Amino acid sequence: MQLAAKHFKASASKALLDAQLQKALGNVEKGFIGKRQKAADALPEFDALRDNARDIKNHVLAHLDLYLEEYERNVVAAGGHVHWAETAEDARRIVLDICQKANARTVTKGKSMITEEIALNDHLTANGIEPVETDLGEYIIQLRGEYPSHIIAPAVHLNKDQVEGDFRRVHTHLPEGRDLSEPVALLSEAREVLRKRYFAADVGITGANFLIAETGTSVIVTNEGNGDLTQTLGKVHVVVASIEKIVPTLEDTAQILRVLARSATGQDMSVYTTFSTGPKRPDDPDGPGEYHVVLLDNGRSAMLGTEYQDMLRCIRCGACMNHCPVYHAVGGHAYGSVYPGPMGAVLTPSLNGIEETGQLPNASTFCGRCEAVCPMRIPLPKMMRHWREREFERNLTPLTSRYGIRAWAFFAKRPRLYRLAVSFGMPVLSLLGGKSRRLHSLPFAGGWTRHRDLPAPEGRTFLQEWAQREALKQGSGH
Amino acid sequence: MSGRDTVLGKIRASMRVSGPDAERKAAVASRLRDTPTGVIPARADLPAAGQQELFCAMAAQFGASVARVNDYREVAAEVSAYLRAHNLPAEIRIGADPRLKDAGWDLEKNLELRHGASDGGDLAGVSHAMAGIAETGTLALLSGPDNPTTINFLPEHHIVVLRESDIKGDMESVWAMLREQKGKGVMPRALNLVTGPSRSGDIEQTIILGAHGPRALHIVVVA
Amino acid sequence: MTSSETRVARQPRVGLFATCLVDLFRPSVGFASVKLLQDAGCEVHVPVAQTCCGQPTYNTGDRADTREIAEQVIEAFEGFDFIVAPSGSCAAMLKKHYPGLFKGNADWEDRAQRFSDKCHELVSFLADVMMVRDTGAALSARVTYHDSCSGLRELGVQQQPRKLLANVGGLELHEMKDSDVCCGFGGTFCVKYSDISNAIVTKKVGNIDASGADMLLAGDVGCLMNMAGKLKRLGSDVEVRHVAEVLAGMTDQPPIAGSGK
Ligand code: SF4
Repeated sequence: MQLAAKHFKASASKALLDAQLQKALGNVEKGFIGKRQKAADALPEFDALRDNARDIKNHVLAHLDLYLEEYERNVVAAGGHVHWAETAEDARRIVLDICQKANARTVTKGKSMITEEIALNDHLTANGIEPVETDLGEYIIQLRGEYPSHIIAPAVHLNKDQVEGDFRRVHTHLPEGRDLSEPVALLSEAREVLRKRYFAADVGITGANFLIAETGTSVIVTNEGNGDLTQTLGKVHVVVASIEKIVPTLEDTAQILRVLARSATGQDMSVYTTFSTGPKRPDDPDGPGEYHVVLLDNGRSAMLGTEYQDMLRCIRCGACMNHCPVYHAVGGHAYGSVYPGPMGAVLTPSLNGIEETGQLPNASTFCGRCEAVCPMRIPLPKMMRHWREREFERNLTPLTSRYGIRAWAFFAKRPRLYRLAVSFGMPVLSLLGGKSRRLHSLPFAGGWTRHRDLPAPEGRTFLQEWAQREALKQGSGH
Repeated sequence: MSGRDTVLGKIRASMRVSGPDAERKAAVASRLRDTPTGVIPARADLPAAGQQELFCAMAAQFGASVARVNDYREVAAEVSAYLRAHNLPAEIRIGADPRLKDAGWDLEKNLELRHGASDGGDLAGVSHAMAGIAETGTLALLSGPDNPTTINFLPEHHIVVLRESDIKGDMESVWAMLREQKGKGVMPRALNLVTGPSRSGDIEQTIILGAHGPRALHIVVVA
Repeated sequence: MTSSETRVARQPRVGLFATCLVDLFRPSVGFASVKLLQDAGCEVHVPVAQTCCGQPTYNTGDRADTREIAEQVIEAFEGFDFIVAPSGSCAAMLKKHYPGLFKGNADWEDRAQRFSDKCHELVSFLADVMMVRDTGAALSARVTYHDSCSGLRELGVQQQPRKLLANVGGLELHEMKDSDVCCGFGGTFCVKYSDISNAIVTKKVGNIDASGADMLLAGDVGCLMNMAGKLKRLGSDVEVRHVAEVLAGMTDQPPIAGSGK
């Protein structure tokens, strides 16, 4: 699927008319918001933990090079390998190389946004290796040839009957009479099919929620257990993770874990939090024979020391999109980027450049709900505004907005002229409103009047009226 | 230049660091040495008995079933009873954990024990946990011949034995146990924190228990 | 004399920052604000050198113009004991965003900070600073209250309007579902992304309808105009007013939308 952030507006309008999608999107509000609130309310220390989680990541980012070196030392000490990838292309090449050395025909994959970011599946496929997504949501969208519409609920844009249709299309072994109308039946079917794939896979690829410097450990946080089967049953385990996933110690991991699941799904803990350190030990009856970590930069190092650095605290919990009115309205695919919602609106321009992605940080009402729920206290609206500033400085802001805003500024900076202009303009608008006191359409305000009326102004401005009343008062005082 | 040098170089350039950098190095060294704990929820700040109760209640809340027995010798009977209650064959997959050597297996004549890693053909597996975390009803399981990791994920029913005295209040207490057992900075190949049976909400955000991992988690707490 | 003694000694001098939308579209909110402030014991001034707080330029990324506008607002208002605006979003702009505009400019940064410390949103100023409990107004109506985003999340305006409304004789508050969710206005957002804005305000209007209220109140004219415009387009006769109009007992002016029965 083609990613196209620059078509955001058109994609969004299309999404708004897609009845199936709109029905599915109802599940975002239903499925996440209340649960998160309940979990947060049940933990009196929740906000203190958020503060500490933020501080931990700030500390990491200020010492990132040193922690990465420590992390690498400890991975190697445990018998693992660390590969450094400056770009997505480097990462693809490194992973392919590991797979080829293992003579891999199929690889299983745990759910990982980072492998979406580097478009790993296409690269493996092009080189004759079959990637098999094992997370239920990822599996579904792989069947459909789509990409995730949400960072923790990849198939949230779909309804169960759509999933049933896909299963019937692809799982040709299914007898026609088999009832797949309920999610539980669909899950059982996926479980059966995927069971065989884990055992057949040569390599298991996962992402990581954390990389612990103290111990050289990678951590994945999941609910289904597919990530664990992926990394335990493959002969080789490859972890692909971006450099900012580092945390210093086990204690620091515990701090952030306490806010992660609560913010994401409203669970106190996800079902499986797995700490992996190196390959199979000499007396181990199971586990991968090789353990590789691919550390990806892909533009992140350039965010350090800039106003976008705070974005690197993100733990990909999805709370910002779960609470975003724009995301609720249009879903994740409209963004045309790997990462949707508020976090995507900030991160995508950093990764792909603002030229093609400028709509994303503009498509926000700045309602601030994302920042209010972000466990890492990332000031998302502020950073979206910084992107708008970069656009404005570089003359990338669309001309109509640019001229409009500069004209407004011209008057706003000149109170006398402003008064003069509005003393003519507002009464005219008021008259236009007529008896119904509303404007049904206005040539220069089509964006407004297409969907709603413009309440007509009362007539004279407040400052005019005020000045007159004060003058009257003064007059009667004499 | 290697990818490593490029990436580290870019990080340092963005952060404008150069020279001996003693202060930053000291900050990193002290954090790794002292492992400060941060905020620990008061929820599990209880006497041992309270922590045990909280553990059982939380585990149940997150979908596990919990049984308490008085002695290791009663474990086998509990396992058999569980299998019967769930219409499962009298077979289990189990590792070599010495704590489970003498768990009353001799008293359960019909129960078949299969040792070693799971090959995916087992309906029920038995593990021994290193610890329980009361805060969230979470089990901590270590990989190795005693408790092969595959047993945690492949069987449909996972039965986990836990010593009552290994129930701790919080994750941090488990880190302390780990460091004592393995040494600071040393980890088993896999440490699995497990909270309830596997689940998925990927279809219409409807939570279904039993995804790719076990459909049921049964915890046997030994006094 | 220290400044706190000054405050006790005389009425606080309040500069009313009317906001451009009140000034242009809804003067009655300006007069309601003046009355509420005066009743609370303030000496109210309305400097003529005010236009706009600078949000439109700020949120479009035009920092230079925003800074100039901010300088002008600070110059016009910094002499007052308090600066009060009948809008959570403009008050938040003055209070939370002005200082950041002058980062690295030592003189202005301090000055902006001192200015910002004195800025307040109207209803929270009445409740939290002037300790008003009851504005003495009465209105027989079933109202629902929308929490505008900036006031709610940047300034913590949530309980104050509800407490004051609870003491308006004859008024019943019927909370709507998701009263704290954005109405889709977002300043220029609602014209730049009008389809999305429309989807958001449509949901909001559904919640307003379902609340059973016959009057919608909020503390921001921007949000009110957005919701009023949608209500009107849909033919609803829910009356739309700024919360200050009701608290001041000044509801003779026709509402922003609605039949007023
Ligand atoms: S930005 Fe915050 S809320 Fe959004 S995914 Fe990242 S951590 Fe979660």
